[in-house]
Amino acid sequence: MKQYETVIGLEVHLQLSTQTKIFCGCSTEFGKDPNSQTCPICLGLPGTLPVLNKKVLESAIKIGLALNCKINSLVKFDRKNYYYPDLPKAYQISQYDFPIAHTGYLNVKTGDETKKLGITRAHMEEDAGKLIHDPAIKSSLVDYNRTGTPLVEIVSEPDMRSPQEAYDYLTTLKLHMQYLDVSDCDMEKGSLRCDANVSIREEGQTKLGTKAELKNLNSFKAVKSALEFEVARQIKLAESGERIVQETRLWDESKQITISMRSKEEAHDYRYFPEPDLVPFMVEKEDIKNVRTTLPESPSKKQDRFIKNYKLSTYDVDVLVQDRKISDFFEECVKEYNQPKKICNWIIGPLLQEINSNEKGISNDRLSGINLVAPTAKTFTDLIIKVEDGTISNLVGKSVLTSMLDRGKTSAEIIKEQNLAQVSDEGALEEIVATVIAENSKIVEQIKSGKESAIGFLVGQSMKKTQGKANPKKIGEMIKRRILND
Amino acid sequence: MKLNELTAHELLDLIKTKKETAASIFSAVKRAIDALDKKINAYAHISEKPIESTDSSKENPIPIAIKDNICIKDYLTTCSSHILEGFKPPYNATVVNKLLDSGALITGHANMDEFAFGSSTETSFFGPTRNPWNLECVPGGSSGGSAAAVAANEAIWALGSDTGGSIRQPASFCGVVGLKPTYGRVSRYGLIAFASSLDQIGPLTKDVEDSALLLNLISGHDEMDSTSANLSVPDYAKALTGDIRNLKIGIPKEYFIEGIDPEVKTNIMEAIEVLKKKGAQFKEISLPHTEYAVATYYILATAEASSNLARFDGVEYGLRCHPKEKRRTPIIDMYEETRRQGFGQEAKRRIMLGTYSLSSGYYDAYYLRAQKVRTLIKNDFDEAFKEFDAILTPTSPTTAFKIGEKASDPLSMYLSDIYTISANLAGIPALSLPCGFSKDGLPIGLQVMAKPFDEEMIFRVAHTYEQNTDWHKKKVTL
Repeated sequence: MKQYETVIGLEVHLQLSTQTKIFCGCSTEFGKDPNSQTCPICLGLPGTLPVLNKKVLESAIKIGLALNCKINSLVKFDRKNYYYPDLPKAYQISQYDFPIAHTGYLNVKTGDETKKLGITRAHMEEDAGKLIHDPAIKSSLVDYNRTGTPLVEIVSEPDMRSPQEAYDYLTTLKLHMQYLDVSDCDMEKGSLRCDANVSIREEGQTKLGTKAELKNLNSFKAVKSALEFEVARQIKLAESGERIVQETRLWDESKQITISMRSKEEAHDYRYFPEPDLVPFMVEKEDIKNVRTTLPESPSKKQDRFIKNYKLSTYDVDVLVQDRKISDFFEECVKEYNQPKKICNWIIGPLLQEINSNEKGISNDRLSGINLVAPTAKTFTDLIIKVEDGTISNLVGKSVLTSMLDRGKTSAEIIKEQNLAQVSDEGALEEIVATVIAENSKIVEQIKSGKESAIGFLVGQSMKKTQGKANPKKIGEMIKRRILND
Repeated sequence: MKLNELTAHELLDLIKTKKETAASIFSAVKRAIDALDKKINAYAHISEKPIESTDSSKENPIPIAIKDNICIKDYLTTCSSHILEGFKPPYNATVVNKLLDSGALITGHANMDEFAFGSSTETSFFGPTRNPWNLECVPGGSSGGSAAAVAANEAIWALGSDTGGSIRQPASFCGVVGLKPTYGRVSRYGLIAFASSLDQIGPLTKDVEDSALLLNLISGHDEMDSTSANLSVPDYAKALTGDIRNLKIGIPKEYFIEGIDPEVKTNIMEAIEVLKKKGAQFKEISLPHTEYAVATYYILATAEASSNLARFDGVEYGLRCHPKEKRRTPIIDMYEETRRQGFGQEAKRRIMLGTYSLSSGYYDAYYLRAQKVRTLIKNDFDEAFKEFDAILTPTSPTTAFKIGEKASDPLSMYLSDIYTISANLAGIPALSLPCGFSKDGLPIGLQVMAKPFDEEMIFRVAHTYEQNTDWHKKKVTL
């Protein structure tokens, strides 16, 4: 069998999280009543005209700079013409020959290496509305709330060589975009969408093979699965001597296959031409420089700095840096309480567990999760300090955290309310220790005969009886003294 | 003289001196509409009561007709097309807001060529408008309804739109004053686009002074229109000085070649003599790319139109039709049938031309090349205005032609705009005013052009000419 090389390029649409739409003043808020977030302009009513939202331009320049792109100082828009009921003007205002950003790259960790993956271009455009197909009324309804929501389309070079690399590119891209705070990057809400171009070629070839464009990829996992399926399908065709045709294929999530949607011949002629309603203008070099100064530290720079400054392991830092808000929170906590490793453990352990579990009704999206959770650096480090100084046990500390996240109260309030303070007073623990020793004569014998490690079991029993409030260190000392001094 | 036969500045004097009221003026105009419009058909939609703003300044209670492609809130706005049947916009065009704020009384929507596609107002879904000077003739177009309404005293003022001559050519045919302002002088927000890079709203009035007054009311930067110029607007009334001594005026030789009606030529030459006597200096000039203007225009204008008119698809508003039998998918069937029934012949012709020139493989040869020629044409004017204050030409090579005469010959119809198209391509202001009559009694128009944002120069020249002639005082007898 011949060896094949996979070639993948991705087109990512990012919905920008600006307050208002790209060409009118309507709100971009997600999930509102159909057609409630519309005006004559985004409805494309005759006679209306677009006016560019400058915030969109700023976000797009940010994205371009973060992806190491060159910025086109000429800002020009074009019309992409096609008919669809969710596109009220029957053209989309987009950028054709002068994308706001071009010729960049993104460093992506994949397997053991870091690959520099090329970015072809990033351009601004407006989103379309949404069709709702209602079988009950035998017709389709259209919701124009999303119409005119700003998008930036980021097109990569065909630089990825496996579905896994594509997956890693997407997670890295998402992380960088989240750091910029320009988009929610939430595939479920459609604020990040991805189409994939994939082809195969015989190992050693330099010419690109015939590509298929994959659509309807609704999660990063779907991107990977669809690419894996498609690569296998194309290899099978090549092996059996059949021709691979250029086409657009849809991913069927339930069947886990791709199906042909349209061939190259059926492809649209979008008849791009310059948008006459928006006069091209120049962005000043100074303005681009100003945007550059607002760029946050990139995830990879932050990673290096955390390892160096806080002496944390690569694993710890990887987890912290996965989320800009979490990593910022970590640093705020360190300012409150200079114990980086302890704080890191509390964050990547109990805190992320809480945030990631749906039981609390906390979103899986950790960005919004941390907003809902609401511990401040002060309340969070107060809790850690209370565990460290023995006010409460480690175990009680975790349950106090759960209550803090649920109810937004401070650790002191919860400890007082539920009477959770750790008991270290020997007088108060005397009775418990006596009972546990009396109830576990066999274990006591084992300890006496030299198996000191069995003390741990008795400590555990004591903790149970005090609902974790007893100071385990103290209990251990007391049990040891009682048994061995007897 | 009847009130509706007066100019706005005469009426405003009567109001100021409390000799007349806004209501009596409107009534006079409304009576004329009721008496004449069945014959003239200047209006697509007539409002029984004036459309007005309750909290306006009341300073300019002038009855005004608005071309049917300029949006009036909650009032039928249909571009004289079947496809916009029943469409009432939920908003006012910026110019309509400005007029209503000033106290204007809107009489209704003036008839026009469908989507402003035409030079005769024959392509309207509501039937042709007739020329008040001769009911067998066209009023010109596409703002033929606006021009005819003013000429027939069915309105004191009118607004039109001009993409390739659509204000000036009907002004010429109907013996009124029509101005296409500089591109960007007047907001296009609420003007249903034909060709966005060429369209401009402008006044049609009975004399030059009224044109200046109306331009004062509608000009200025608009945040809703990115193509409107962020420049201060002068008081155009102050430009009417009557002094044109030592102004340098160019006569482009390319505008006096074959095809021009000898009567038109004679009248323009006489007009030049009038202005010479008032101290202007004339010289023949060349605008060498003039011969490409019509071809360039029809590529660019139809390209933009094909995209601008794509939204009329039966989904959101206006007409929606379904074919009797299924042809393709339900949505495509609906699109096709709606557009098949909704658009007239000329609209379809232009949509197809524009779609073709934007198509992959043809774009460079047509659209892109036309853009380059447009720049050359603009450069011709830039060069000329380095030396000259104004340029004088006929507005149209002929006087009004007969209804039906050119309807089946689009090319000869397109040539009717041969003198007006260049101003749109170059973005410069241009005005047409009456400069005589043919032996058949049809008006002839004189066109004055100036450099961008120098409407004052145009008004100065046109007003001086008008003050020294009587053409504008000649009234239609109906």
